[in-house]
Amino acid sequence: MNITKKLYLYFPKSETEKPIVYKLVKDFNLVINIFRAKVTPEEEGYLSLDVTGEAADIDRALAYLATLEVNIHAGNKGLHWDKERCTHCGACVVHCPTAALAFADAVSRRLAFDEDLCVECHACIPACPFGACTSSF
Amino acid sequence: MSKTYQSINEKIAAGKAVVLTAEEVIAYVDRKGLEAAAKEVDVVTTATFGPMCSSGCFLNFGHSKPKMRITEAWINDVQAYCGIAAVDVYLGATQLRHNDPANMYHPGEFRYGGGHVIEDLVAGKKVQLFALSYGTDDYPRREIRTMVDINDLNQAVMVNPRNCYQNYNVAVNLSDKRIYTYMGILKARLRSMTYCSAGQLSPLLNDPLYQTIGVGTTVWLAGARGLVYSQGTQHASLVERGENGVPVEGAGTLALSANMKEMLPEFVRGASFRGYGVSLALGVGIPIPILNAEILRRTTVRDADIFATVVDYSEDYPQKTGNTLGRFTYEQLRSGEVELLGKKVPVTSMSSYNKALRICELLKAEIQAGRFLLSEPSQPLPAAQGMQGLQSVGPQR
Repeated sequence: MNITKKLYLYFPKSETEKPIVYKLVKDFNLVINIFRAKVTPEEEGYLSLDVTGEAADIDRALAYLATLEVNIHAGNKGLHWDKERCTHCGACVVHCPTAALAFADAVSRRLAFDEDLCVECHACIPACPFGACTSSF
Repeated sequence: MSKTYQSINEKIAAGKAVVLTAEEVIAYVDRKGLEAAAKEVDVVTTATFGPMCSSGCFLNFGHSKPKMRITEAWINDVQAYCGIAAVDVYLGATQLRHNDPANMYHPGEFRYGGGHVIEDLVAGKKVQLFALSYGTDDYPRREIRTMVDINDLNQAVMVNPRNCYQNYNVAVNLSDKRIYTYMGILKARLRSMTYCSAGQLSPLLNDPLYQTIGVGTTVWLAGARGLVYSQGTQHASLVERGENGVPVEGAGTLALSANMKEMLPEFVRGASFRGYGVSLALGVGIPIPILNAEILRRTTVRDADIFATVVDYSEDYPQKTGNTLGRFTYEQLRSGEVELLGKKVPVTSMSSYNKALRICELLKAEIQAGRFLLSEPSQPLPAAQGMQGLQSVGPQR
């Protein structure tokens, strides 16, 4: 059974010349979907992506990544939603194309962020008057 | 059957007052019937949370040694008005930070301004004061740069000329390109719509004819005990109203004041509107005394009974054509999608219903605990007042 996992990889200078994405596809049979990337030789970089494949293959791929100097963060690093800064006004909801930012329920009208739905398009960042949505990119 | 402010306050002080939020009262009256409920209910709490541009604060810094008559001042690089006594200043919510490029590179980001300084002060953060003077015999000092927080100030009093708009426009954009407004980013060709009201929770929609809210009414301003010190600027009660007396556009406003030292940071939030500027989002709660059945009936107003008018912010609003596009109830707007000009339009809000609800609850708890008494207005708000435009009579270009 295939599973999908969201990853955020940080590349120090030393690792930016290695064809890591190629390895993930070729050696571990993973389907990858890149949200955001900046990997330039001789510069530090990052890669934000979904990987889909057999759980065992994903584990092997993570073990391979661990042998490199790449920092691995599970989950969404491309968009950070600050719960404390959010006022639950909803200014973002019409700008979010995947409803990752949406009202959790119609009664309390509390806003919730579903990290798995986020495609890191960043449309929410300028739409939020309170700076609740930020990105390191 | 009628109650008085005094009898309600006596019940509050005794911890026996029956208090409901503006949301709870709807079902309560449905269940009990109006007359029976009017006997039981003493207070209904109303609230709103949203950007309120016409806000600001008077600050008194205390005197340095030697003394200084401040003529220009910047707090965290945001300029404050100094044309008042020696170390008093007024800091406005929409003031930009010094050197902010504004819309030089459109749309500007407006990351920090007056509203954010006010947020930082209420949050207890240190801010930088930089001030200049021309020097006088009695106030020789000509420059100061220092760090202060709200506890170092003698007074920090919020004084807001226009808060709590009774109702508000619903904004859309009919043009071919996206526009940047105080109603947020509006997508081109009617692909988004923004409203800004707490609807059935909003203070002046629960007292549409100003029967209890007037000059002198005690309010909950961001957690501090405050008051309505005047009609708000642009208060215009002579507007179109529904059969229930509820206006379908802007209408009444309130001028509010309270001690900033007592405020809760959660309800005082600087706001940055891309391409527009900075502002301050505030939470306001107002208790409505249930003096009689009619006042109670008006507090049972629900989102389905309150209409707001849709205005095109690409042309009709800036050019003041007076043209409007239609009307929707807050129930329709809150559903997230309405149909306008044959198009399904996603709807969003600039006002936080969630926070307004929280304020209703917080105020209710304070009243139930006997800590928040009501006050009778010393003057009513103008009930039949219009609003004038500005004529441009200088040389025409």
